[in-house]
Amino acid sequence: MSEQTANTTPGAVAADLPEGWEIVIGLEVHVELNTATKLFCGCPNSFGDEPNTNVCPTCLGLPGSLPVLNDRAVESAMRLGRALNCDVNSSVFSRKNYFYPDQPKDYQVSQYDLPTNTEGHITLADGTRIGIERAHIEEDAGKLNHGGGDGRIHGADYSMADYNRAGVPLVEIVSHPELRSAADARAYVSELRSIVTAVDVSDAKMEEGSMRVDANVSVRPIGSDELRTRCEVKNINSLRSLERAINFEARRHVDLYDNGERPKQETRHWDEEAGRSRSGRSKEDAEDYRYFPEPDLVPLVVTDDDITRLDASLPTMPSARRAQLGEKSGASNDDINLLIERGQDGFALETIDAGADAKRVVVHLINNLSEGHGQLTAASFAAMIRMETGGDLSSTQAKEVLAEMVASGGDPAAIASAKGFEAMDGGELESILDGIIAENPDEWQRFCDGDDKEKKKMQGMFTGQIMKATKGQADGAAVAKLLAQKSAS
Amino acid sequence: MTESFQTPSATSIAAGVRDGSQSAADVIDAAIGAVEAREGELNAYNLVLADDARTAAAAIDQKIAAGETVGPLAGVPVAIKDNMCTTGVATTCSSKILEGWVPPYSATVVERLAAAGAVMVGKTNLDEFAMGSSTENSAFGPSKNPHDITKVPGGSSGGSAATVGAGAVPVSLGSDTGGSIRQPASLCGVVGVKPTYGMVSRYGLIAFASSLDQIGPFTTTVADAALVLEVIGGHDPRDSTSIPEPMPNLTEALGKGVDGLRIGIISELSGDPSLGSVEGIAPDVAARAAAAAAALEAAGASIEHVSIPSSVHGLPAYYLIAPAEASSNLARYDGVRYGLRSDGPNALAMNAASRTEGFGEEVKRRIMLGTYALTSGYYDAYYGQAQKVRTLMIDEFNAHYQNFDLLLSPTSPTTAFELDAKTADPMTMYVNDVCTIPSNLTGQPAMSVPFGVGDDGMPVGVQVLAPMMGEATMFRAAAVLEEAARV
Repeated sequence: MSEQTANTTPGAVAADLPEGWEIVIGLEVHVELNTATKLFCGCPNSFGDEPNTNVCPTCLGLPGSLPVLNDRAVESAMRLGRALNCDVNSSVFSRKNYFYPDQPKDYQVSQYDLPTNTEGHITLADGTRIGIERAHIEEDAGKLNHGGGDGRIHGADYSMADYNRAGVPLVEIVSHPELRSAADARAYVSELRSIVTAVDVSDAKMEEGSMRVDANVSVRPIGSDELRTRCEVKNINSLRSLERAINFEARRHVDLYDNGERPKQETRHWDEEAGRSRSGRSKEDAEDYRYFPEPDLVPLVVTDDDITRLDASLPTMPSARRAQLGEKSGASNDDINLLIERGQDGFALETIDAGADAKRVVVHLINNLSEGHGQLTAASFAAMIRMETGGDLSSTQAKEVLAEMVASGGDPAAIASAKGFEAMDGGELESILDGIIAENPDEWQRFCDGDDKEKKKMQGMFTGQIMKATKGQADGAAVAKLLAQKSAS
Repeated sequence: MTESFQTPSATSIAAGVRDGSQSAADVIDAAIGAVEAREGELNAYNLVLADDARTAAAAIDQKIAAGETVGPLAGVPVAIKDNMCTTGVATTCSSKILEGWVPPYSATVVERLAAAGAVMVGKTNLDEFAMGSSTENSAFGPSKNPHDITKVPGGSSGGSAATVGAGAVPVSLGSDTGGSIRQPASLCGVVGVKPTYGMVSRYGLIAFASSLDQIGPFTTTVADAALVLEVIGGHDPRDSTSIPEPMPNLTEALGKGVDGLRIGIISELSGDPSLGSVEGIAPDVAARAAAAAAALEAAGASIEHVSIPSSVHGLPAYYLIAPAEASSNLARYDGVRYGLRSDGPNALAMNAASRTEGFGEEVKRRIMLGTYALTSGYYDAYYGQAQKVRTLMIDEFNAHYQNFDLLLSPTSPTTAFELDAKTADPMTMYVNDVCTIPSNLTGQPAMSVPFGVGDDGMPVGVQVLAPMMGEATMFRAAAVLEEAARV
């Protein structure tokens, strides 16, 4: 099990399935692409604006309007497809027909039998490979805000439709039903999120809805390869909810089977507060979406050259980055995952390559650079760490210098000097020491030649003198080092 | 006895307005006068825009007075089928369901006409959402044939055909999904063109069946049709199905004659049972088509009968594909955002009530047909099969265009029929489209040219069919037929 998924929440509902049962999970993840404009019109693709301000005849589905495909959205979707190891195919848009007030045309333009991306996989941090059936492009619907009643659609007095989101480009990533635990499902979504942000096609925020996860859950006796009746659990708004919802749903199914009943195929809504799923629309009277090819768009042709160009444009994937950073830094999995999640792994590698101590790099990044590295460059970061490990900066001073470099850039030595950390400069420290030796030749002799006790006493005396002379700016370790060097020469 | 009008051609109006020998204001006044004089009996218009038209005409006259350049259709009155969006002017599709809706934007064709100096005088009546062949399926009552008001003008662009046929305006626009320009052009004695699919932008055309719909002109002369098509045609980035290639030069092609062209008469539509023709092509119509062939031969074309078996499979394929697309295209009329809203206890019930009240019988019939054709489990047998027939037709027509430059057939199986004669039985009405449907399914251009009258004295049109982007050759034959019909 994926203990390496550092994010596994303690206190998530435990699967706690009776012996002999296993969970079968397939995930459908919608990712909102971060294009400047919508999928089929020039309206801004932006979150949180005044209702119905980012709309035009096309995304409102006004009579006579026509869609024009956003090439950038297609490019993003194909990049994501390659990052997910998918085949990227020539594709055809289809209409998915259903009546709902958030859908301006009462059909959604999506991809059906000929999607852009097919048959890829994600490798989880523990090496488990989860198959991806498809990752297709589609348009988002608008949003309904229900007024009166309890804020839900049932019992609402009225509903207000906001079409700002209508036509926002989505990629729906459908996994094969190959996940076997809530923790793996969580690891899968985390990994997917890392990949999505790595290729920079979405900010993939579950809380803002730019990444939405629906879980298809069923159970079966271990050893069986049947796929039993599944329920689709929606309204999952966090990774924690995902784990809880899956475990709840699995337990519910087992309990039904134990009671001689069977689950109904249906859509269920996760209620985070109550910690349970509730029955939604039954799939038995599910709508027939009457898919057919969208006649207002032409087929999307992908060439080998496109694939070559896409592959060349892809950054290193998180799994490879994880391995690379682990090898170079020797840091813990938790630290590595955190740096990758923050997107700081590249900077860490660069700094290590510039000759900085790997451990200090990771420590500073995790503790002192959690808000990003601002004006700091890898070269100057490395120089600063060299000063620190060379004893020219105390760790407290290093932190201060680092903060300055993040805020305004600049050279660490110059900043240290400006801050009056010059005592830290090796040469200067030595000339101060030389002065003190000149004034105390006997004591120096006793330090050089005395026994351990005498040596220790004199070391204390010289250190105290140096600290006095530098008004406490000198680094104790550096002073000790200097004393040792000087006495041995 | 009603007053009769004969508008000058668009070409001559524009020439006169541009050289200052007549004012756009006078032209528009005359056109509005003619429109209004016949409107009571024809019901060709859903909306006459007399004031707007006069304002637009005055603006053109001012431009000319100021020495500014004006377009090739300066001062030409045009009527627009009421399924094309016009900014600030109600657009109804002759349906109750769009009651009160005013588009915030104009169709590309409307913009291009205005930019060329044409003046919109009104929005014309149609079969609701362009579904019909007689303009009797209109929420605003039927339009009438200008040559005999007891008869239909054809449809669905009946209003546009009737107002040009009445000589009130020289130009109107229609849309043709299965013959909705060519059939009414034939019945009203005017020129009607269904261009190559993708030649004219559909942006702002309220969709009936997206893969078949195409906008085209009605005119009194072949030259005017070429001129108008040059203005409205050409690539539009707002329509993804718009052809990026440059427009063929049509006006230049007009005088080139047909000498040396190879023209095939489609046997299945010839009206001659010995050639395997479908039933229902009236002998007087078949005779006019034969006379047209003879005229082309006399002008130097070689004429031959050609059997295209798939041409008659067009009708059933069309009546699956078009309703299927329509069922989806018309889903948006749900009472939520615009148009008619009827009360209901919840959103879905409100949708259903609005649609029940807002749509007419024929529209409902086609929505149901199309919904059924797309239903899972029936898709392969109906919609899928129809698409295969469509592909077969394209292949077969393309193969014949290896041997022929053009094809020829009647436009409509009969001359204009009596009002109410076919409303009781939808199937008899559907058969009207047998000659025109193949070009919509193949995407290829076709046009109807008036060629004399039938036994009842009503106009007969012959149809010239051409391969994709073959409009220039098509217009050469049309010009020869126009000349021959005049003699």
